[in-house]
Amino acid sequence: MPILDSAGQKTWQLRNRNEQLVRWAGWLVGVAIFMWCWQRISEATTWAFVWDAPRIAADMASRSWPPRWSYMETLWAPLWDTLNIATIGTMLALVMAVPVAFLAARNTTPSAVFVRPIALLIIVSTRSINSLIWALLLVSIIGPGVLAGLIAIALRSIGFCAKLLYEAIEEIDTTQVEAITATGASRWQVMAYGIMPQIMPAFAGVAVFRWDINLRESTVLGLVGAGGIGLQLQSSLNVLAWPQVALILIVILVAVVVSEWVSAKVRGAII
Amino acid sequence: MLRLQKLTKTYRTGDKALNAVDLEIPKGQVLALIGPSGAGKSTLIRCVNRLVEPTSGKVHLGDGEEAVEITSMSSSRLRRARREMGMIFQEYALVERLTVMENVLSGRLGYVGFWRSFLRKYPQSDVDEAFRLLDRVGLLEMADKRADELSGGQRQRVGIARALIQNPKVLLVDEPTASLDPKTSRQIMRLICELCAERELAAIINIHDVALAQMFCQRIIGLQKGEIRFDGSPDDLGPDVLTTIYGEEDWKATIRPAEEAAA
Repeated sequence: MPILDSAGQKTWQLRNRNEQLVRWAGWLVGVAIFMWCWQRISEATTWAFVWDAPRIAADMASRSWPPRWSYMETLWAPLWDTLNIATIGTMLALVMAVPVAFLAARNTTPSAVFVRPIALLIIVSTRSINSLIWALLLVSIIGPGVLAGLIAIALRSIGFCAKLLYEAIEEIDTTQVEAITATGASRWQVMAYGIMPQIMPAFAGVAVFRWDINLRESTVLGLVGAGGIGLQLQSSLNVLAWPQVALILIVILVAVVVSEWVSAKVRGAII
Repeated sequence: MLRLQKLTKTYRTGDKALNAVDLEIPKGQVLALIGPSGAGKSTLIRCVNRLVEPTSGKVHLGDGEEAVEITSMSSSRLRRARREMGMIFQEYALVERLTVMENVLSGRLGYVGFWRSFLRKYPQSDVDEAFRLLDRVGLLEMADKRADELSGGQRQRVGIARALIQNPKVLLVDEPTASLDPKTSRQIMRLICELCAERELAAIINIHDVALAQMFCQRIIGLQKGEIRFDGSPDDLGPDVLTTIYGEEDWKATIRPAEEAAA
């Protein structure tokens, strides 16, 4: 009761005394946990290495500068692979995500009791496994190469795309759907006319957003042998060829900046 | 043309939106349905084409031998029956991101197969009819505009064209003027009534504006708490009737005085 009436004068406070005490106790517990964790991590750290870090980092930087620009010749092909992994992987993911999204959305699912939980399970399970782990599994199943990376990216993206899409489907304006239904349209026609136009902006937005993310993710897939520029990064690191590593990092940075720019342009054009 | 028998709708919350409504509308009659918010007006017209499933009762569409009963239909026959019932909505309910032409042609979805409609390959006769209707509602030059570029009155005209291209026997009209200014409201009501007269359509128009209802409709039904409280001509609609439908209020300014109506 935040409003107190004492001697005819009403006073108001956001919280009463008990609520105030509970909040203070909550803060106390939070700070205590933080301090405890800090202590644990500190015990497990070899501080000599940490104090040494600036010198090592400076040493590494001096070895890797200048980048070995001539190495670029061998980078074009893996860079193209990386781009393909990201783009085709995203397309594959979208193809699979659209039906899953329709099955998961409360207003379009054929059965909220049986089908929807399965669709949600697909979404959660593909989202919860990192693409690097997918790639690790796939490399051992279908062998190393671009295909493994492509499928890893696709599988990882299904959940993300389907989740955003089904949220968009659930937020559509139902009167438009009603109007199309009232003309005597079939179930599929209602989807094509009443629902699809409404989720197109969301679909396009999700597609470029995910493509953007996938380009970053596909640069590291090579580390586990799933093709792309990461493969070169791995081999350069193995032979301690720091100037090559520097060049690869610069190339990745440029690629990501370009993808960011492209997706911003595309999103701007659609919305 | 349209006959409702003991139509009842009880929502899952237990609210009785319609309570055994009996109503018969002959061919060519334009009927206004008035009543306070929550009286069941929207539910009534949505029960006719089963956008809302009625709990019990019957809906007969058509006259004599051709009459069909809608509440017992399978979903495929229901789709065929829906083609005969055009619907016009309060907030227009156009597909905002499609063009005016696509919106009008969507009224033919019940007649056209999925792929033809998906690829926008409508029969030429449908396209001709769409142009004719757009011309009739005065929007011929807007055919290529996107629906969300239009003003409220223009959108409602597209909605009317979409309902009419179905070639319906009955129009179900839900608050057609609720989001329009007074002048546009009159124009829209006039257009709907003219078109009903041209095509001898029966129409149920839900409307909040009692004066508009009196001005344009031949028959007025007053609905209150899911039951019909008044059924008569616009001229019989006096202050006492409005009090039974809506409750106590000074109705003098709302309704047309009898002598003016006679003049």
